[in-house]
Amino acid sequence: MSKVLEGIKKTATEVYSSITKKKLPTISMPIRSLQNVTYDPKEGYFELKGKMLSRTLTASTIKTFAQTLLMMNESKKIVETDDMATKREIYYVSKNWGDAMFREQPESDTVMDDIEAMMEVNREQLGFAPEEKGGDVAGALVVIDKDEGGKDIKIDCTRFGSGAYSVPTSVEGLRFETKANFILAIETAGMFQRLVKHGYWKKANCILISMGGVPTRACRRFIRRLSDEKKIPVYVFTDGDPYGYLNIYRTLKVGSGNAAHINKYFCVPQAKFMGVTPQDIIDYKLPTHPLKDVDLKRIKDGMKNDPFVQEHREWENALNLMVKLGKRAEQQAFAKYNLNFVIDKYLPDKLKNNKTWLP
Amino acid sequence: MAEKEAQTKLDAKDEKGSDKKPIAYELAEKQREISIAEFFEKNRHLLGFDNKKKALLTAVKEAVDNSLDACEEAKVLPEISVEIIDMKNERFRIIIEDNGPGIIKKHVPNIFAKLLYGSKFHTMKQSRGQQGIGISAAALYGQLTTGKPIKIISRISPNDPAYLYELHINTQKNKPEILREEETQWKKDHGTKVELEIEATYQQGGQSVDNYLKQTAVVNPHATIIYTNPKPEQIIFARATNELPKEAKEIKPHPYGVEIGMLMKMMKSTESRTLQSFFSSEFSRVSSGVAKEICSKAGILPTFKPIETNRDQAERLIRAIRETKIIAPPTDCISPIGEELLQKGLKKEINAEFYCAVTRSPDVYRGNPFQVEAAIAYGGELPADKQVRIMRFANRVPLLYQQSACAVTESITSTSWKSYGLNQSQDSLPVGPAVIAVHIASVWAPFTSEAKEAIAHYPEIIKEIKLALQECGRKLAQYTSKKSKYSDELKKRGYIEKYIPFVGEALQSILGLKKSDEEIIEKILKELLEKSRGKLEELGEDNTEYDEDFAKIGKEEEPKEKEGEEENE
Repeated sequence: MSKVLEGIKKTATEVYSSITKKKLPTISMPIRSLQNVTYDPKEGYFELKGKMLSRTLTASTIKTFAQTLLMMNESKKIVETDDMATKREIYYVSKNWGDAMFREQPESDTVMDDIEAMMEVNREQLGFAPEEKGGDVAGALVVIDKDEGGKDIKIDCTRFGSGAYSVPTSVEGLRFETKANFILAIETAGMFQRLVKHGYWKKANCILISMGGVPTRACRRFIRRLSDEKKIPVYVFTDGDPYGYLNIYRTLKVGSGNAAHINKYFCVPQAKFMGVTPQDIIDYKLPTHPLKDVDLKRIKDGMKNDPFVQEHREWENALNLMVKLGKRAEQQAFAKYNLNFVIDKYLPDKLKNNKTWLP
Repeated sequence: MAEKEAQTKLDAKDEKGSDKKPIAYELAEKQREISIAEFFEKNRHLLGFDNKKKALLTAVKEAVDNSLDACEEAKVLPEISVEIIDMKNERFRIIIEDNGPGIIKKHVPNIFAKLLYGSKFHTMKQSRGQQGIGISAAALYGQLTTGKPIKIISRISPNDPAYLYELHINTQKNKPEILREEETQWKKDHGTKVELEIEATYQQGGQSVDNYLKQTAVVNPHATIIYTNPKPEQIIFARATNELPKEAKEIKPHPYGVEIGMLMKMMKSTESRTLQSFFSSEFSRVSSGVAKEICSKAGILPTFKPIETNRDQAERLIRAIRETKIIAPPTDCISPIGEELLQKGLKKEINAEFYCAVTRSPDVYRGNPFQVEAAIAYGGELPADKQVRIMRFANRVPLLYQQSACAVTESITSTSWKSYGLNQSQDSLPVGPAVIAVHIASVWAPFTSEAKEAIAHYPEIIKEIKLALQECGRKLAQYTSKKSKYSDELKKRGYIEKYIPFVGEALQSILGLKKSDEEIIEKILKELLEKSRGKLEELGEDNTEYDEDFAKIGKEEEPKEKEGEEENE
């Protein structure tokens, strides 16, 4: 029996036996937040501290309690039939639960995350798939996937022209062939487009991956496997703002507080931050925008609560510098000099001098 | 108006250049005394006869107020019959009959056909009537609109004959004209019957005679009122208690309440030989020591003859009074309705879930003792999305008009109701399922006009009303907060019922349990959760006093033309 089915039955049995003993049942799960993770640079990712949240069945928790059990039941059915359902589909399945139905999808997503953490599995193992796209890939890489008949197919990522290969939701079965020097993970689709169109990957012999904001689990796992198996370094290129640093880069490198139980597999500890750093803003005299309240709040939160930032002096300094500047800059800001400045000058400069990078 | 006319005439003469006689002579011919009756003939709105609908109410009200006052003074439990007969063409005959002490023969003409003739103007005593205008104004209104005289039958004891009068008012002289005067047969041992015919319209609804009599019955539970409306339907508002209200004692005026004109009048008519004895015998709370102090502060000898005081001296005396410390007037002269009876009255009228009432201690404004009572009915069948309904009473008389001009309304709007569980936007009446009743009892209830429709805005009175409302409000808040906790609790209990089956269903499916196991799960869970929540306490009281037929009176849909009437007043 799979780990998931075992876990579900175990939880249900505990609840049931507690009820037959005339005791109010309790289910517990790890607390999902930055408060409950530790960071050890040797391990390279956020690990759960082990604080647990117990939810005892009372009049005020009974709805969520019932929904959790109902969703476990759905998961059990899906896993048993070797099927998959998207998060959205599960939300619609709940419409069949009468009064216990979810009103909005975020409600069902939260319950799903609870179960995931409770079972300490990845949601795909529960039979729930995210709809989110994994990211776009272009450059010196051949991905070996299987067709619907199970036969190998080779996908040459140099042959998408101005388009790109799209990372699938599940990347575990993929294999890779590449001679690239490095992987460049890029925040925005706009920057990715420019680099692809002008064949940057050819000049630099690299693989370009567009994360499109905070990288999805599939995207993180794809980069991790590719980097681990082919022994190639990962460089990250985001906007010069707190979101780029603390949400996109940090999640890629060490995982998130929300799904800490799976960070081990869904992070890229070898990733390095290339830019845009706060120092780049000064050095390249980039056009800027003032920091907004949310930006300042995010920096403050990061310094106070994020074990990753607290571990790295360099990041603390960088964030302090950003607060001092009171400014942020976008990746595309290099277009101030000319459209291909980023290809001709910025990226080659940065690659030459890793002292300007951040850990 | 008259001035304008004169001006125009003057201009006209100038144009003609006529120099026969100064125009002042001609104008002088027009100068003459205006009788009070004539004055009110032109200013009938001041007495509450401004429109036909209100006229009917005012006429009934004046007669009923008098009857109630008379019965209470004679310590008789009032039994009053009110009959309104539709004579067609907007004419109505009103017949009001009481079991009061009756009126001695020689007083009848003046009481009913002379304005400002009455027994109460000069006394300081809580009563419904005050000025001696009301009933004769009704008679005058009838005379002006129908030409018919007012008809009175009165008898003072079984040993005396009953007399019948028909009276007109000589509006120029403010004197009664006796059209008919004779001994008559009457079934009653004592009492008075008044019959008059007026131009009016009859409508039901909030400002109707029906509602007025109903509310009168609410605050006068010792009275029986038998009412026949023009439809005709007979409604009997039966006596709810055989106890007469505590007798309102008559008090002498307090110096702080007296004005110069009043003081001079009193000094002219007093029997006291010296100022000192005048003050100590004609006023309350003035000892001979205090009287002496007043005189010395005014720089007048205490032995000075009151009758010889001039205007200047009177003014000095008034000033001296203001400067002298005099203890507040006695307050046992007021007869409130009482918390219990007020609450009982509301219960009969309103089917709510919570009632409270407060009777404040008496206070004084300008030397006049007064006392405020307030009551609130909350919840039940009352509409939650409308402004609260206000019931106003002064000396046990319901006030149906001029709500927005009344000190009661101002006090309610300026009280903050949010913390008591009602909604309220800035400077407006609270919104919520509540009825607020306020009663003001005073030896001299201050009205904004002679029509006695709204209480005047004395700061002392507003302060007392607000304190009474706040006291009620606090009681209400206790209830509303208990109620909101209760409904939260109900909601939570609802959750239990609602979601337990899903827990059972999910467990049954995951663990492959039997249907009977699922039922056991649900049963145990229900017991466990309900035990953990404790027993649910019943809230609100069962209103056994509520009388549905009674409550309906005065709540009829009012005809369209009524709209905007408040503005027209």
